[in-house]
Amino acid sequence: MTTSDEKPVMIEFRDVHKYYGDYHALRGINGTIKAGEFFSLLGPSGCGKTTLLRTIAGFEDLSSGVVMIDGKSMKGVPANVRPTNMVFQSYAIFPHMSVAENVAFGLRRDPRSKAEKAAAVEEALAMVGLKGYGGRAAHALSGGQRQRVALARALILKPKVLLLDEPLSALDKKMREHMQVELIKLQRQVGITFILVTHDQEEALVMSDRIAVMFEGEIAQLADPETLYRRPNSKKVADFIGTMNFVPATITGESGGRIEVEAKGLGPVSLTADQAPPPRGEDPVIGLRPETLTLLYPGQTTEGRTVDGVIDEVIYFGDMTYYDVYLGGTDVEVRLSMRNVPGRPILDVGSKVQVAWSPDALVLFR
Amino acid sequence: MKTKGLGLRTYTIIYLIVLYAPIIILPLFAFNDATTVAFPLSGFTTKWFAEMMGDVNLRKALVNSLIVSLSTAVIATALGILAARSAVRYSWPGKGIVMGSIMVPLVLPEMIVAMSLLVLLLAMGVKLSLFTIILGHVLICMPFAVAILSSAFQSLDKSLEEAALDLGETGWSTFRLIVLPLVMPGILSSFLITFTISIDEFIIANFLGGGEPVLSVFVFTAFRFPSTVPPVLALGTMLVAFSILLLTIAEYFRRRGVAKAGGKDTGGFL
Repeated sequence: MTTSDEKPVMIEFRDVHKYYGDYHALRGINGTIKAGEFFSLLGPSGCGKTTLLRTIAGFEDLSSGVVMIDGKSMKGVPANVRPTNMVFQSYAIFPHMSVAENVAFGLRRDPRSKAEKAAAVEEALAMVGLKGYGGRAAHALSGGQRQRVALARALILKPKVLLLDEPLSALDKKMREHMQVELIKLQRQVGITFILVTHDQEEALVMSDRIAVMFEGEIAQLADPETLYRRPNSKKVADFIGTMNFVPATITGESGGRIEVEAKGLGPVSLTADQAPPPRGEDPVIGLRPETLTLLYPGQTTEGRTVDGVIDEVIYFGDMTYYDVYLGGTDVEVRLSMRNVPGRPILDVGSKVQVAWSPDALVLFR
Repeated sequence: MKTKGLGLRTYTIIYLIVLYAPIIILPLFAFNDATTVAFPLSGFTTKWFAEMMGDVNLRKALVNSLIVSLSTAVIATALGILAARSAVRYSWPGKGIVMGSIMVPLVLPEMIVAMSLLVLLLAMGVKLSLFTIILGHVLICMPFAVAILSSAFQSLDKSLEEAALDLGETGWSTFRLIVLPLVMPGILSSFLITFTISIDEFIIANFLGGGEPVLSVFVFTAFRFPSTVPPVLALGTMLVAFSILLLTIAEYFRRRGVAKAGGKDTGGFL
C-alpha cells in the first residue's frame, strides 16, 4: 500500500447530487481521488456507487455539483472526449468484431499508421496475457478472456483514469481471486488511476489503496483499508466490512481524552479518543473483531485481560474455527476465530473457556 | 399413446396438404398444354411462360408492383428504424399513444383504410397514382416493421453503445459502427416482410391505383378471361420460385449473422 498524501488530485467531487425523478440517488458526494491510486467505491446494491462511477465517465448528467478530472470541470463534457475509459460489468465486447478489432476500436481517430496501431494492439493484448488472440472471434472467448479484452481495449488509449464497474462479479471464485492479483499488478505497471466499483468488501480490501464506503447515496467513510477495518466510523460501516461483534455498553465517564466504559460481559474499560468515532446519538455499543479475541487453552496464560465464557457454537472452516461464546455468564454472545494450528484441538459445544481480549482492539459507537 | 400420436400425425399431414396442395397445383397447370384448368393433364409445354413474357400489360404491372413494393419496403423500414429506436431507447411524453397509433392499422380492416384514404386523397385533390398506393402500403406495413425492429433494438445491450462512446466515437458513428451492424438481421427481416405484404396487397392497390395496374390487380382481372389464366399461372409459378429464393437468401444471412455474433439461434422464419 502506498502513501497517497503527496500525490496530485485526479478526481474531485464537489457536492454531487443526482436525482432520478423523485429518487435521490447521490446525496452530496464530496471527496478526492489521487493520481495513480487504486480507489474503490464499495457498498451494497442500490447505494449509488455505479451511478457515481458513471458520472465520472460522463454517462450520467449531474442534478447539481461538479466532477473535476485532472483540475478541469467535466460539466458539459461528453463521454467520448473525457480522459477516462471504462470496463463494463458485461464487458460490452463488440460481438461482430474480432479480438483485435475490439482492442483497436478506440484507435480509429488515432493518426498513427496501420502498422503502428497493429503493434499497439499486440502490445495491449500481451499486457493482459492474450498474446496471439487478436484473430479470434470475440464471442468465442471465455468470461475471463472477455474481461481481459475489455481491459486491453480501455488501456490502449492510455486514459488518465480507468473505471471498472464490478469487473470481477461474473467470474467464478478462483478466477476472481486470480484476476484481483492481476489487476493490482497491472495497475502498478501502468500507473493509471483505477477506480473500482464493487459490492464485495473482501475484494475492496485486497485491491485498494483507499476505499469509499457508500450507503444510500452518501459516502459513509473514505479511508485506507486498514483504517476502515480497524477503526470504522460507524456501526453500519463496521457491520459491512468483515465481521464485527457488538456488545452493549454504558459510558461511565469522560476525561482527559479518555472514555471510561462499562461493557456488558467484559467489565470496565478505558478507551482513547481514537477508539471512539464522532457520536451519532445512538445507544453505545462496543465493537470487537473475532480475530482480536483468543481462546486460552489449558496451561496458557496472558498478561492481558481475560473473561470466562461458554462455547455455544463451533463452526469449522478448515484453516480456521469460529466459536460463538457467551461472555462472563451473561447473554452477550461474541464470535471469535482461532487458527487451526497443530496441537490445538477443536473444542466442543458447552466447554467452559477463558477468552483473552485487548482493550486496544475495541471501538466505541455511540 | 400410440393412437394419440397417430391422430396428431394424420392431422399434421392433412394440414400440410391443405396448405401446400394449391401451391403445387400452380406449376402443374402452368406447364400443362391446355387453356382450361382441369384434369387430366394434356402434356408439357413452356408456351405459357413465353406468352406471359410477351404480355405488355403484365410486364407493366410487374414493373409497377416492383416500384411500389420496393419503395414501400424501403420507406416503411426506414421509418420503422426511427420509431423503434426511439421507442426502445428514449422516453418522451405521449410515447404510448404515438406507438399505439402506429400499430392500429394492424387491427383496422383494410377496406376501411382504403376507403378513408381514397376519400381523403380525393378531397385534397391528390391525383391517384403509384405514389398513393405506396402511401397506403407504408401505412399498413409500418406496424410489422416497428414490431420486428423493436425486438431487434431491444436485444441490443445498451453498454455496447456506451462502450463505443467511451472509446471516443460520436453518437452517429456509434450508431453506424455498432448499432446498425447488430440490428441488420432485423432490418433485413423488416424489409422482406414489408415487401411481401406490399406485393400481394389488393384492396388498397385497387382503390388508390387510379388505373395504374399492379400485379395483384392484374391477376384478379386476368382470371375473368379463361384465355389469360394459364399465363397468370406461369406468373404465379415464377413468383413462388422467387419467394422461396428470397427467403432462402434472407435465412442464410440471418443465420450467418447469428453465428457471427455468437448468439443462440432462436429460430427465424424458416
